[in-house]
Amino acid sequence: MTAATVNAPASFSGPLTNDDVERIRRDFPVLDQLINGKPLVYLDNAATTQKPRPVIDAISNYYLHNNSNVHRGVHTLSQRATDDYEAGREAIRRFINAPDSSEIIYVRGTTEGLNLVASSYGRKFFRAGDEVIITGMEHHSNIVPWQILGKEIGIRLRVIPFNDQGELLMDEYESMLNERTRLVSVVHQSNALGTINPVSSIVELAHARGIPVMVDAAQSIPHLPIDVQAMGADFLTFSGHKMYGPTGIGVLWGRADLLNDMPPYQSGGEMIRSVTYEETIYSVIPHKFEAGTPDIAGAIGLGAAVEYLEAIGMDRIAAYEQALMRYGAERLAATEGVRLIGTAENRGGILSFYMESAHAHDIGTILDAEGIAVRTGHHCAQPVMARYEIPATVRASLSFYNTTEEIDTLIKGIDRVIEVFG
Amino acid sequence: MASLPDNPDALYGDVIMDHYRRPRHRASLSYADVEAEEFNPFCGDRATLQLRLSHAAGHSPSIQDVSAHAEGCSIIQASASLLADNLRGRTVEQAADLSQLFRDLMQGKPLPPVALSELGDLGALEVVRQYPVRVKCALLPWVALEEGLRKLGRRGAAGG
Repeated sequence: MTAATVNAPASFSGPLTNDDVERIRRDFPVLDQLINGKPLVYLDNAATTQKPRPVIDAISNYYLHNNSNVHRGVHTLSQRATDDYEAGREAIRRFINAPDSSEIIYVRGTTEGLNLVASSYGRKFFRAGDEVIITGMEHHSNIVPWQILGKEIGIRLRVIPFNDQGELLMDEYESMLNERTRLVSVVHQSNALGTINPVSSIVELAHARGIPVMVDAAQSIPHLPIDVQAMGADFLTFSGHKMYGPTGIGVLWGRADLLNDMPPYQSGGEMIRSVTYEETIYSVIPHKFEAGTPDIAGAIGLGAAVEYLEAIGMDRIAAYEQALMRYGAERLAATEGVRLIGTAENRGGILSFYMESAHAHDIGTILDAEGIAVRTGHHCAQPVMARYEIPATVRASLSFYNTTEEIDTLIKGIDRVIEVFG
Repeated sequence: MASLPDNPDALYGDVIMDHYRRPRHRASLSYADVEAEEFNPFCGDRATLQLRLSHAAGHSPSIQDVSAHAEGCSIIQASASLLADNLRGRTVEQAADLSQLFRDLMQGKPLPPVALSELGDLGALEVVRQYPVRVKCALLPWVALEEGLRKLGRRGAAGG
């Protein structure tokens, strides 16, 4: 990839130190600015992460030097664009340890990955009376596609409940599995609670009955090492923009034998091997599912994001963010009037909280005046809010570029909320 | 980029906080001529409005009693409370004029010189304009009012 490695971070060894994090922060130009006169404290990483220079450079390098359509022309630019586009696919395969890069399907994001499986796999294999199991902590994107399919075909959605800490009741899950279950589709890490679900156990119980499992890894892949073969899942999907890559690109990974059995999801160019008026023969995977000109720059940017994460190391990232989350949770728990929502033992860098004295939007406005960016609302997980009988939470979501000083700034901001609202 | 006032807490001035902490006319009416509800699915905020009219002979109907119930942030609650406080005694046409005036205020349109005195303590919500994402919070109870007035208008047209 030409010039895509400009400003790549130096190698790291041992746990991330404060100096390492300072160095990493310099890779993210957007972090270096004042918001309302205060240094930006970006704690909305679960909504979208910022982009490091190598990702920005890879995208601009493509447009500056290589812009062309992929898999079409015999000319040099088309060859370069195709090489970089496919190099992104290979980088992603390596990152999640998929057996083969043909199993990596570029989509727009997690939402499209889920819709693709519901639409293609679901329509072909589900019949009236069949059941799909999800968890009680899904993003709306892992609820609605199954509901739509449910209305169309007559399938039933089963929901695994969770306890007050935000941990799935695995006994309930096991008792839901039966001969009508066609798919288990679960979120790996909850965007509203931070819970990291025991995906390997979920897979094991499903596979013992021959049921495939789909994993929504949108919130986990930026923070944890993911190995689809060790996990044992059958489908896994995620978004580029939550893992330091561009918006508009994401991945659906699926086991080749399943993908080969599935009909195309959309139709057009790229996914066709031959067309006559009598018959159309589809391409092989992954092209069968990539109709039309894809987001080439997005795929190249995502490849660069994956390389950036690998250079730091996912184990190192997970350990650093875990320590930061524990520190934040302790400080929030010690703050009068703050109730943490989501206290599972195994959870990622999400600090979701509720204050009786002030509505989430008021808290968000006061924090913004302090330069702090958080998400406020129901986080597209209304059933989770209903479970805790609250309308909305404030969510601070962490990245490896955040620091304990930034957590301290958040706590000071909450003190301002208490001054105003009591 | 939106510029904030020097004091970032300006949004939470005395009038807004007073109406947020002690919302007026929140209890629902035992009888209402019209009821309207508005919901913002993005944030879950909700405003419910009830109006009771008086029909004195020879006069156009005026608003005798109001209930405004809002769920959500301080801004929607204060706006609902201030709305209810300012509606009583107005005719349906006057209520519609006030609503238009308030909308113009929140959308930064030039107002006639008499407008500010006409708006009274509703003027306290003008500060919300400096927080563009919060303007819809302030407007939600007024959207409910406009829907209620439309219902009355349709009914009037059908009856007349």
